[in-house]
Amino acid sequence: MNLRELIERPHVWLAAPGGGRDSVTVSSRVRLARNLAGLAFPGWAGAAERERVWKDLSARLLSLPSMQGALAAGNDELAERDRLILFERHLISREHAGKGRGSGIVLRADESIAIMVNEEDHLRIQALCPGLRLQDAWRAVDPLDTELDAVVSYAFSPRWGYLTACPTNVGTGIRASVMLHLPGLVLMEDMPRLVKGVSKIGLAVRGVWGEGTEAHGHLFQISNQMTLGEREEDILRNLEQIVGEIVQHELDARARLWTTREVVLRDHVGRAAGILANAHVLSSREALDLLSALRLGIEMGILPGVERREVLELLLLTQPAHLQLSEGRPLNPFERDRARAALVRRRLAGALRPTIRGRRAKNE
Amino acid sequence: MKCEICHVNEAVVHLTQVVDGEVRKLHLCESCAEESGVDIQNPISIADLFLGLGQGLPTAAGAEDAACPRCHLSRADFKKTGRLGCPFCYEFFGEELAPMLKAMHRGERHIGKRPASAEAAARADQTLAELRRRLDEAVAAEQYEAAAKIRDEIRRISPRPDGASPAAGPTP
Repeated sequence: MNLRELIERPHVWLAAPGGGRDSVTVSSRVRLARNLAGLAFPGWAGAAERERVWKDLSARLLSLPSMQGALAAGNDELAERDRLILFERHLISREHAGKGRGSGIVLRADESIAIMVNEEDHLRIQALCPGLRLQDAWRAVDPLDTELDAVVSYAFSPRWGYLTACPTNVGTGIRASVMLHLPGLVLMEDMPRLVKGVSKIGLAVRGVWGEGTEAHGHLFQISNQMTLGEREEDILRNLEQIVGEIVQHELDARARLWTTREVVLRDHVGRAAGILANAHVLSSREALDLLSALRLGIEMGILPGVERREVLELLLLTQPAHLQLSEGRPLNPFERDRARAALVRRRLAGALRPTIRGRRAKNE
Repeated sequence: MKCEICHVNEAVVHLTQVVDGEVRKLHLCESCAEESGVDIQNPISIADLFLGLGQGLPTAAGAEDAACPRCHLSRADFKKTGRLGCPFCYEFFGEELAPMLKAMHRGERHIGKRPASAEAAARADQTLAELRRRLDEAVAAEQYEAAAKIRDEIRRISPRPDGASPAAGPTP
């Protein structure tokens, strides 16, 4: 299998077991930024040097014990749509998807480890795990980093640690993040307070899609900001602890939502279900918000007929590049909105209608 | 209060920033503030300001066109993109990076994982420091025979003055 076949293969989305904490935490990610000693960082290096680094690093990475059976492709070997698919699967950054010759990706076939070569740094080594599993993600990248250290010479200073193109990453080069679904905090209007509190302790909260607290799909990413002067283990433990607290806040918010605004909540979820089951034109943003409401309905037990997994899959499959992959051709924005609505109707209509009918009968 | 850049004029611009719950203050005179590019009307981060600190001061890397000798990235390039050009930039721009990194991060020194080579070097440094301490003790106790042995051991693992790696073989 090559990387293009992996992209076109039906994707098995990260399956968190669900319930309790996992009804809030979507996925955990740890990435390490590393550079090679004595060479210019990718953004400042010449094209020829970037290409040499990509060739050299991709060959070395594929030979590592941790990367047996991994796949590698230069950005110039992948169509733009395929690079966007990797971005939509959170395997590469949007910036990296936009790069061409001289950059590339090395990916384990199970997609648990993705390495961007020549993004902002020579190496961005990332592990992605479902649910709140930062330690697992760290245990995946740490030995790989150690293996690579034996065959390349890293840019490192005893004083400042691993040297990175941007001073915000220097030191451990570690960025740990957890993706959280926080509809309760958003609907209870608690997000501004949370963002303020969290940024005070050196962590960042960002919308996964969209900016600031107006994140679409109520999906947020919380990550460490500081990388120097702290051990990896402490950075992870600190983030894990704060995430645990946020999860508790979210569960509390959902409980308050249930006790104080049950009708509003049912209306919010019911409208989302109605539109998703019947719409013929659905923008990316609208789909994110409605699918988020659907997921909340599942977690609150309002929509027993829909699977959590189905919503997670739709969140991915309704992204622009994935839609074009399933349709097998490039689509303009309006065609995408139609294809998106058709896909959602097909996958959800059967499960949604009886549930709504049953709910209405009970309330009236 | 004197300006923290020129240490001559009275400080009239007082910048306060909260980093990691800790309040940091910077006091500047009007002309230094202006030279550092402080726009008093707009909020500014001390980290940004530190990037400009040292401007006009007689340091090796003082001028806008001062550039890293390895990769030729200039200070102006760095200010424009916020990205350094190569690992050596950290040494070349080190003096002005230090306060910026301090403001940005939890600490000023790396304490996490190290590459194997750095780990070995750090362990050797530690061993060396321990041996030197024992040497001092032996000399103080007038145990010269023991001191001579420790000295030989130190010579054996110390890097040679020419910068070559530690001698692995017998002492010449």
